Amino acid sequence: MVLKSGVICALATLAVTATAVQARPLKVVGPWEIAGIDPAQSGYVFSRMQVAETLVSVDPAGKLIGGLASSWSSSEDGLTWRFVLRKGATFHDGNPVTPSIVADALRRVHEGTGVFSQVPVAAVEADGDAVVVKLSKPFAALPAYLVNFTTIVLAPSSFGQSGKVEHIVGSGPYRVKSLTPPLNMQLEASSQWTGEKPAIAEVDYQAVGQGETRALMAESGEADLVFSMLPVSVDRLKRNPKLDVKIATIPRTRLLKVNAASPFFSDVRVRRAISNALDREGISKVILRNPDLAATQLFPKALAGWYVPDLPPLTRDLPAAKALLAEAGWTPGPDGVLQKDGQRFSFKLLTYASWPELPPIATAIQAQLREAGIEAKVSVGNSSEIPAGHKDGSLEMGLVSRLYSIVPDAIGTLRDDYKSGGSDWGATGWSNNELNALVEQMAVTTDPEKRAPMQKRAVEILQSELPSIPVTWSELAIVSNKRIAGVRIDPLEVNYGLASIRWAQ
Amino acid sequence: MGRLLLPRVLQAGLVILVVGVLCFVLVRALPGDAAMRIAAGRYGPDANITEAAENVRRELGLDRPLLVQLGGSLGQLLRLDLGHSVVTGLPITKELRIQLGATLWLAGSALVLTILIGPAVGLAAGLRSGGFADRVSLGGAVILRSLPPFVLGLLLILLFAMNLGWFPPAGYGTWRDLALPALTLALGLAAISSRVTRDSVAGVMRAPYFTFARLKGLPPAVVVRRHVLRNAAIPVIAYLGLQAIYLIEGVVVVETLFGIPGIGHALVHAVIARDVPMVQGTALVMGLLFVVITAAVDLICHWLDPRPKRA
Repeated sequence: MVLKSGVICALATLAVTATAVQARPLKVVGPWEIAGIDPAQSGYVFSRMQVAETLVSVDPAGKLIGGLASSWSSSEDGLTWRFVLRKGATFHDGNPVTPSIVADALRRVHEGTGVFSQVPVAAVEADGDAVVVKLSKPFAALPAYLVNFTTIVLAPSSFGQSGKVEHIVGSGPYRVKSLTPPLNMQLEASSQWTGEKPAIAEVDYQAVGQGETRALMAESGEADLVFSMLPVSVDRLKRNPKLDVKIATIPRTRLLKVNAASPFFSDVRVRRAISNALDREGISKVILRNPDLAATQLFPKALAGWYVPDLPPLTRDLPAAKALLAEAGWTPGPDGVLQKDGQRFSFKLLTYASWPELPPIATAIQAQLREAGIEAKVSVGNSSEIPAGHKDGSLEMGLVSRLYSIVPDAIGTLRDDYKSGGSDWGATGWSNNELNALVEQMAVTTDPEKRAPMQKRAVEILQSELPSIPVTWSELAIVSNKRIAGVRIDPLEVNYGLASIRWAQ
Repeated sequence: MGRLLLPRVLQAGLVILVVGVLCFVLVRALPGDAAMRIAAGRYGPDANITEAAENVRRELGLDRPLLVQLGGSLGQLLRLDLGHSVVTGLPITKELRIQLGATLWLAGSALVLTILIGPAVGLAAGLRSGGFADRVSLGGAVILRSLPPFVLGLLLILLFAMNLGWFPPAGYGTWRDLALPALTLALGLAAISSRVTRDSVAGVMRAPYFTFARLKGLPPAVVVRRHVLRNAAIPVIAYLGLQAIYLIEGVVVVETLFGIPGIGHALVHAVIARDVPMVQGTALVMGLLFVVITAAVDLICHWLDPRPKRA
């Protein structure tokens, strides 16, 4: 025992000496692991941390702004787009960012699997101080697609002999000092950056998967900036006088992906009944600790132009749910579960644990559907099981978390999710000609005023047909220590603006 | 010596063969489409996984007959080439250097701490069995052993990181980051090793040679140094060897709690993402490591007790 306490005392003395020498880099903690350094995999980390840049960026309000391109314009027919590169843009290895390097990068991304491969690109060429993208058909959302992290432009020295990315040599205000995948990355201010110099010269990023551990790192003062707090920790963190908590609604919706081709859900009345049976407010209040996150329609208020204020909200109405089910021919069976033509209304509700809140939400939905006489058997698996079930048609219902800012214009996600044949995270066994036509029309319409009524109509169709049943919206909570200032929250999670954070006086 | 090491070398060869085949067969026998799993592992749950999976299937040749794939995989292992992770794209040797390296640092620190704590406490308890130190250490061992590592870890975080502010609650890179996870593991291990030591010491103290040594007039300190320590150490060293193995394979919970990029964490992810080369490489290196550890334990025990053993 004597020895035991002796050891603890020795450790304590060492620890005190160590804390006396304050480490000065900005310590950032988030849940994202750096799975592989290929931009298609972890490009978002390098974009958010301002190591690498895309041609186009976005401000926190969702407006497109210049990134590596200082300006852009399209030809009259909408087929030729010219992106003029920012003067003096230089990679961290000292070489200039040239139009031909950017053109090579875009061509490579277009052949890959990211969203940019869905753009009808015919050719990408360098022309003077600009990169010219030629399209095979007009596509107004092109600049928005160039915000996506898979399109970050890396220096030729990033690539190894096999053509694979081996180092991250970008052109942003910070350069990678050391990278220890999957959990650690150290950055330092780049001497090549011509814009405003970052106020804090070094950044240390640590990935911590456990939400509770992240909260503890913020509370102990060990971390300066912590991303993605669990709802249960937020109230406690708000009470801490040393911390600032910022919360933004992000364009991510948790929804029930239903197989509209299955005998259970092919009738729109059944889909509406399920929507009526959901207690979204209860789920949001208890699991997400914020009743305002109940998804009364697919897109949250923060997604300007896509939230339709006068749309009748999706709310809980159990009698209406029961009436709709009866109308669709489902009658209560001996065990209380509805049945029709001898088939019980019983199916598998598949979800996954990549987001910790999904399994508890699924079990809440299970209990709520049971009240309407529907038996959902919750199964928690790997995120790939839902696309696999979509592909082979075995999926009945899945609870998924869908991000609408993969491209900052929600059209990018809509176009993929509700196309004929559906998609991994969008519709299954459902297609709507009017919606498809609207989406194609929006893709070629640049004028926001002309697009607004089309966007509204698209949302109305989705609200009435319910190929995906919205459950809750999402928010992002970040915590910063009061010893830093200048923290801003980016709901689109494109750029965390670390370069403008400074030590508070 | 040679007779002691030869079986171990043969054992190592067998480990390579068995591990290579078993990992491939077991991982690929798991339900679900491997290409889909790999795509989800690579591009995350927001990506268009079906489309990505088709590219993965083409790139890795997952549509070839399974025996051809197994043959390719074993051929690579026999050339002592561990290959690349199919998820991160990094060479397995680099992955292991980082992640197994992190675990070895953690396990090593935990082992050093547990040796400082466990056997020392056990010696104090065993020298006066039934005394105060014995009873207190028994109580402590029972409490520490019955706490699951994540509870013990959280308690240590609350005390040392939140209240006292001595160590960071999580992180990786400096020795300060290693302190709490190593202590979490060390306390759990010391709970047992202190009792093993105590029983072993108490056993030696009851042995006739101990009584004889005392009767011929040797002072207690000399008896402990010459007779008790050496004899009592044999079961303790064997047990520490087992603990080292347990540490390397069993630290998943602690690694996740403290945000350490260790091999337990990596192996769980590799199995989920059906990353066969990563699972093979990890299992192989860990298997060889266990052979090395058990061989080292045998050698130390042989040195402590050189009498030839005849079974």
